[in-house]
Amino acid sequence: MIGLTSYLTLGAILFAISVAGIFLNRKNIVVLLMCIELMLLAANINFVAFSYYLNDLSGQVFVFFILTVAAAEAAIGLAILVTLFRSRHTIDVEELDSLKG
Amino acid sequence: MENLYLAIPLASLFGAIVAGFFSAQIGRKGAHSVTILGVGISFILSLVALNHHVFNDAAAYNDSVYVWMVSDNIRFEVGFLIDNLTVMMMSVVTGVSLMVHIYTIGYMEDDLHNWPKESLAGTNSYQRFFSYISLFTFSMLMLVMSNNFMQLFFGWEAVGLVSYLLIGFWSVRPTAVYANLKAFLVNRVGDFGFILGIAAVVMYAGSLDYYEVFAQAEAMSEQSMSIFSGHEWSVISVICILLFVGAMGKSAQIPLHVWLPDSMEGPTPISALIHAATMVTAGIFMVTRMSPLYEWSDAALSFIIIIGSLTAFLMGLVGIVQNDIKRVVAYSTLSQLGYMTVALGASAYSAAVFHLMTHAFFKALLFLAAGSVIIAMHHEQDIRKMGGLKKYLPITYWTSLIGSLALIGFPGFSGFFSKDAIIEAVHHSTIPGHEFAYMAVLSGVFITAFYSFRMFFLVFHGEERMDKHTKEHLHEPGWVVKGPLIALAVPSVFIGGFTIGDMLFGDYFGSAVYIAENHTGLAEVGKHFHGAWAFVEHAFAGPAIYLAALGVFSAWFIYMKQPEIAENTKRRFIVIYNLLDRKYYFDDFNSIVFGGGSRNLGDRLWKVGDVMFIDGLLVNGSARLVGWFAGVTRRLQTGMLYHYAFAMIIGVLMLFAIGLVV
Repeated sequence: MIGLTSYLTLGAILFAISVAGIFLNRKNIVVLLMCIELMLLAANINFVAFSYYLNDLSGQVFVFFILTVAAAEAAIGLAILVTLFRSRHTIDVEELDSLKG
Repeated sequence: MENLYLAIPLASLFGAIVAGFFSAQIGRKGAHSVTILGVGISFILSLVALNHHVFNDAAAYNDSVYVWMVSDNIRFEVGFLIDNLTVMMMSVVTGVSLMVHIYTIGYMEDDLHNWPKESLAGTNSYQRFFSYISLFTFSMLMLVMSNNFMQLFFGWEAVGLVSYLLIGFWSVRPTAVYANLKAFLVNRVGDFGFILGIAAVVMYAGSLDYYEVFAQAEAMSEQSMSIFSGHEWSVISVICILLFVGAMGKSAQIPLHVWLPDSMEGPTPISALIHAATMVTAGIFMVTRMSPLYEWSDAALSFIIIIGSLTAFLMGLVGIVQNDIKRVVAYSTLSQLGYMTVALGASAYSAAVFHLMTHAFFKALLFLAAGSVIIAMHHEQDIRKMGGLKKYLPITYWTSLIGSLALIGFPGFSGFFSKDAIIEAVHHSTIPGHEFAYMAVLSGVFITAFYSFRMFFLVFHGEERMDKHTKEHLHEPGWVVKGPLIALAVPSVFIGGFTIGDMLFGDYFGSAVYIAENHTGLAEVGKHFHGAWAFVEHAFAGPAIYLAALGVFSAWFIYMKQPEIAENTKRRFIVIYNLLDRKYYFDDFNSIVFGGGSRNLGDRLWKVGDVMFIDGLLVNGSARLVGWFAGVTRRLQTGMLYHYAFAMIIGVLMLFAIGLVV
C-alpha cells in the first residue's frame, strides 16, 4: 500500500519541476505553457490523494473541473500564442519584454 | 451754529457728488454751476463763521457731531473745533477755491484736445475735474475743521488722494502718471510717520481729541520711551517729530519735497489750488494747531527750523535754473513753504499762518497768471520761448507784477509783512539752529527776488522769441480767467497790511496758538511794532529789503541788459549749474537707492522666493520627487516573465512563512 506521503511527495516533485521549468526555460514560450499545465496536474494529484485518503469524493469532482479549466486555458493560451507569433514573429521569452519599465 | 459748520464742508461735498456721479446728465454747464454754487455756499458760510468768531468774539466751538465708535475708551468721532485759526483757514481755502473754480471754466474749456479721440477717460473730463476740485475743498475743510486726530488723518489722506487724482488727471500722458505715482508714494512716506505719531499720541495720551491731548502735553514732556533698548527718548519729542514727518510730506520739505515740482504735470488750476495755496499748507496748519505739543519740545523745534531753512534756501536756488514757467513758481512755493516751516521752528506760529494766508493769495495769483500765459501761448511752458508778452496780455502782466512784488516782499505788499515778520522772528529766536536759519532766510530773500523777476522779465519783457503762428493768435483769455486774477490781486496787495497788527501782535489767535514763555522770538518783534506803516519804515533799517532790491536789479541786469552774463556764468560754474539743474540729485538718489533698491529686492524675492523656492522646490520639486521615485521603481519591471513568476513564488512563500510564524 502506497501511503499519502508518497502521493504528496510526487505532487511536490511535479510542482517543483514545473517551477524550475518556468525559471530555467528562457527560450520557448510553449514550454512555459506546458510547465503551467504540469503545475495544475501536481495540484490535481494532491486533490485526488486527499480525496482518497479522506474518503471524500468532492476532491475528485474538483479535479474534473480543474481539468476542464486547464483544457480551456490551454486552448486560449495557444490561441494567444499564435496571434503573438503572428505579430512579433518570435516566441522567444527573452524578447517578449514589452512590460519592461 | 452747529448746522452752519456742518453745512460748510457738506456744500462742497454735495457739488462734488453731483458733478461726479451725474456728469453725463447735467453736462458741462450743470457741473460748473453746481460745484461753484457748492463752494460759493461754503465760502459765504465761512465768512459768516469768520464774522461770528473774529468780530463778534464768539468763544471757540468744540463739539462732536457724530460718534463713529468707542473702543477701549478711545472715541472715534467726527467733530469740529472752530476758533479764529480755523475760520481763517476755512475762509482762505474756500475763497481761493472759489476763484480757482471760476478760473477753471476758462482753463479747461477746450480740454477735449488733451485726450485721444473717443477715449473713455476723456469722456466728461470737464465735469470730472470740477468734481475733483470740489471734493478737494471738502477734504481740506474736514482737515482744518477737525477737533480730533482721526478726522485730521481722514482729511490728510483725502487731500492726498485728490491730489493724486488731479496730478494724473491727464492719464493718457506717461509723465502725468509717473508724477502722480511719485506724489502718492512720497506722501506715503510722510504719512507713515504721521500715523506713527498719532499712534504714539493714542498710546501715551489715550485720546484722539485735541484738547484732551493738549492737556496732557506737560505730563508727556516728562515721560520718556525707549524705542531701541538703551536709548531713552522724550515722548513729546518723538510724537512731535513723527507728526512733523507727516507735515514734511504734505508740505514738501526736504527730503520729501521731490513730488511737488513734478506735480506741475497736472492742469494749472490745481497747481494754484492744491500745490500752492491750500493742500501743501496742511502741514503748516497742523503744526500750528499742535503748538501746545510742539512748545514742549525744543528738539522738535530745532529739527523743524533746520529742515525749513534748508528747504527755503536750497529750493530757491533751484528755481533760478528752471525754464518751465510753472516749475519756477513751484520751486518758489517750496522755498516759501520753507519760510513758513522756519517760522514754526522759531515758535512764530502766527507768523507762519500769516505767511500761509498771504502766500495763498499771491501764489494762487502767480499760478493763475502763469496759466493765463500758458493758455495764450497755446500750452507752451518754456520761458525761453516767450518774451515781450506785456503788450499782448496787459491784465496778466499787471497782476503778475503785483504777485511777484508780493512774493519778493516789496514794502507795503502783503508778502512783505509776512516775510519780514518771519525774518525778524527768526532773528530774535533763541532756539538752537536759529542763526543758520536766519542766514538761510535772509539769503532766500535775494534768491526769491532774483528768480521771480528773472521769470517776469523773460516772460513779459525783452524780445519776442515765440514762433510766428503763436504770435498771431496771442490774446488775453476771457473774463473767467481775468476776473479771478484781479480778485486775487487785491488781497495780495492789501491783506497783509490790514491784518498784521491783529494776527501777529494782537491776540487774534487767542488760545488756538500756545507759545511757551521762553520762546520769545515773535514777542520781541511785537515790542517794536507800532502799526503797519511803522513796520514798513522800520524795514528800511534791515538788510532784507535791500537784498530784494538787489535781486530784482541783478535779474534785470543779467537777463535784460547783458544776456551773455547768464551764459558765461553757466559755462564757468557748470558743476554748480548741473547740481541745480539736477535738483541736487535728489531724484537720481531716490530712483537709484529707493527705486533701484526696491526693484533689486523684488528681483531677489522673485528669483529666490518665487522661482527657486515656490516654483523650484515646492511645485517642480514635488513633481521631480515623484519622477525620481518612479525612475527607481521602474527598474523592478524587467518585462521578463520568469521574474514576475519568481516574485509570485516568493510572495506565496512569504505568505506561508507568515502563516507558519503566526
